[in-house]
Amino acid sequence: MRTIALVGNPNSGKTTLFNALTGSNQHVGNWPGVTVEKKEGKLNFKGKEYNIVDLPGTYSLGAFSEDEVIARDFILSGNPDVIIDVVDANNIERNLYLTTQLLEMGKKVVIALNMMDEAERKNIQFDIGKLSKKLGIPVIPTIASKGIGIEDIMQASIDMIYGDIGTGSPLQYNEIINHHIEYIENVLKDEKLPYPIRWTALKIVENDEEVLQKLEESDISDDSMRNIEDFFKYHSSENFELEIIDSRYAFAHRVTEGAVKRPQEESTTLTDRIDRIVTNKYLGVPIFAIIMFVVFQLTFEIGEEILGEAAVSLIENLGGLIQVFLIAIKAPNWFISFIIDGAINGVGAVIEFVPLITILYLLLGFLEDSGYMARAAYVWDNLMRRLGLQGRAFVSMIIGFGCNVPGIMSTRTLDNKKDRMITTLINPFMSCGAKLPIYSVFIAAFFPNHGGLILFSLYTLGIMIALIMAKVFSKTLFKGESSYLIMELPPYRMPTIKNVLRNMWDNIYGFLKRAGTTVFAVVTLVWVLAVLPASAEPYGQFTILGRMGTFLAPILMPAGFGNWQASVALFAGLPAKEAVVGTLGLLYAGEYAEEGSLLINSIQQHFTSLTALSYMVMTLLYTPCAAVLGTIKKETGSIKWTVFMALYTFAIGWIVAVMVFQIGSLLGFN
Amino acid sequence: MNISLCELRCGDAATVKRICAGGCATRRLYEMGFNTGAKIKVIKNDFGPVIVSLFGNKVAVGRGLAQKIMVDG
Ligand SMILES: Nc1nc2c(ncn2[C@@H]2O[C@H](COP(=O)(O)OP(=O)(O)O)[C@@H](O)[C@H]2O)c(=O)[nH]1
Repeated sequence: MRTIALVGNPNSGKTTLFNALTGSNQHVGNWPGVTVEKKEGKLNFKGKEYNIVDLPGTYSLGAFSEDEVIARDFILSGNPDVIIDVVDANNIERNLYLTTQLLEMGKKVVIALNMMDEAERKNIQFDIGKLSKKLGIPVIPTIASKGIGIEDIMQASIDMIYGDIGTGSPLQYNEIINHHIEYIENVLKDEKLPYPIRWTALKIVENDEEVLQKLEESDISDDSMRNIEDFFKYHSSENFELEIIDSRYAFAHRVTEGAVKRPQEESTTLTDRIDRIVTNKYLGVPIFAIIMFVVFQLTFEIGEEILGEAAVSLIENLGGLIQVFLIAIKAPNWFISFIIDGAINGVGAVIEFVPLITILYLLLGFLEDSGYMARAAYVWDNLMRRLGLQGRAFVSMIIGFGCNVPGIMSTRTLDNKKDRMITTLINPFMSCGAKLPIYSVFIAAFFPNHGGLILFSLYTLGIMIALIMAKVFSKTLFKGESSYLIMELPPYRMPTIKNVLRNMWDNIYGFLKRAGTTVFAVVTLVWVLAVLPASAEPYGQFTILGRMGTFLAPILMPAGFGNWQASVALFAGLPAKEAVVGTLGLLYAGEYAEEGSLLINSIQQHFTSLTALSYMVMTLLYTPCAAVLGTIKKETGSIKWTVFMALYTFAIGWIVAVMVFQIGSLLGFN
Repeated sequence: MNISLCELRCGDAATVKRICAGGCATRRLYEMGFNTGAKIKVIKNDFGPVIVSLFGNKVAVGRGLAQKIMVDG
């Protein structure tokens, strides 16, 4: 099967084009060895199937970040048959910079000149024929969000696959650079290289660390290596890489000259007007707070009160039906107990929250696609800088609201190690979607009229603890300069329904999958431990689980929730946070319920408003789930940091929960 | 006379002359289009990062870094 790779700048519409090409026929995995997402899909075009690979969105194909290295390695070694380069027509020069690097690699490239509708509105005119001729490759106008030009881009790609093209790049550098490239080419001409020779020579002149390292690892002769080292010694004071970047841009300008006409005066756009308000010195942060408040309020109101009720009664009715059925077929008692207490009360308690997280992911996805995130990074840059970080770190934190795993993975776009480490270490304090069920249960039990406010306060507490820890880390463990903010502020765009739904579905699918696998496994284990030994009363204090919980409970006593069920549930939440609610549902299942939700009734008996609060604070802050720890292990490559993460978050959670309870008690709350 | 990007006011247009930041930051700026000769226009410069328009798109540059971008005044 032929492979087509998609490359392009961030915000060029690459994801939209990928979705338009593959529809629902896609799957997400990881690139080998790293946690970077790899999206692949299949497309049937004119009776043939094609494999479409979505590469990470980047501004360049240098060795600047992991994303860039992955994209470029795939282009060079994954041998895609053709590359579709998604170019944003609104700022074609900057996008063509990436194109020049593709041309340097000598690959078959087709340009999708995307966002043509926006460019037209801005009165930017294109001479497509001229562009294509100057670049030496096909240029196809597209509007990915409306599905316009999809056929054409596929046809052009296929023509390209089967057609003959010269691989010579039309790009010219200045004479000195050319001379150096030829010199290095000459040095390497008898070597067996991992990459094409001309490109390798260019990268060496550019002082590309990744390529140099690969060369050292390959079995290139010592002579050649010495020649290369001498070359660097001799030219150590010169900055060829910047000259090469200049030549690429010069080429981009030559290409657009006479082929792209911009209006003289740029008119003030809606984006400019919105930006004047949301990036305002005084309004910026309050507006951010309001937006987040609305997100949580809506999540709670719509998710819980409207959709949640339906889900709860569905699960409970289903549970009743299954119980009747099992009794009718005379299933053994232990089996009925397992299905009803374990599966229905445990896993079911988690599934009930699908409506809630659906709304959360819908809203977060909407925010992310709209372009607002970059503004949030902008308004927070000042404060973040004082904490030793930069504004973009804040975006990783907001992504963490959905799930800490992508939140931590997004720190890859931060340029320096210190920023990355700190942002990674504080991410778990950003409360993820999987913790939402825990809060909702406690809110329903004790604060039914202030759901949105409690949620907002918890999230705010999380942000505050994260910021404090950032300051602490940058003063102690990670001293040194932090990187500066360099960030594009894309125009605001109405997110397409398709993109938002797609993103939402991916998240819900993950949630359901965890409910069916990890949570189910944990709940099964908890159930087994909660009914053994047979001599003890099931779910009682003398079961194995009861004894474990009784052993752990004193640790949590100062925080007020020293009952063994609550302690066990916290630990059961380590594989996946949803299991906290699952476990509580299972353990309190043995109790009677008068009416309404069983779980909520039981919680009202075992907690007070104050201990409910300290329990929520504990779940907000304590050790992140196994998936997050795994991601930290992969991203930092260090067991030490992973263990540190697990322990210090537990300590922070414990301290703050204890403070909430003790201060609350002193003030006379209960 | 070359001055730093920070000294420009909202609405000013200028041409990039030189960047005296560290290797990584300079390279990143170049790749984002702040290369020699790039024409920029300041959109916002009051607190926090400076926002400039570059080929018609907006880029925010941290203040400390903006100080190291020299433009013709
Ligand atoms: N007007 C317009 N908007 C588009 C077009 N293609 C994508 N978008 C929107 O641009 C935004 C960024 O697109 P996305 O695919 O997420 O960009 P990516 O970062 O390159 O993956 C989204 O809000 C899309 O809905 C287009 O051709 N025209």
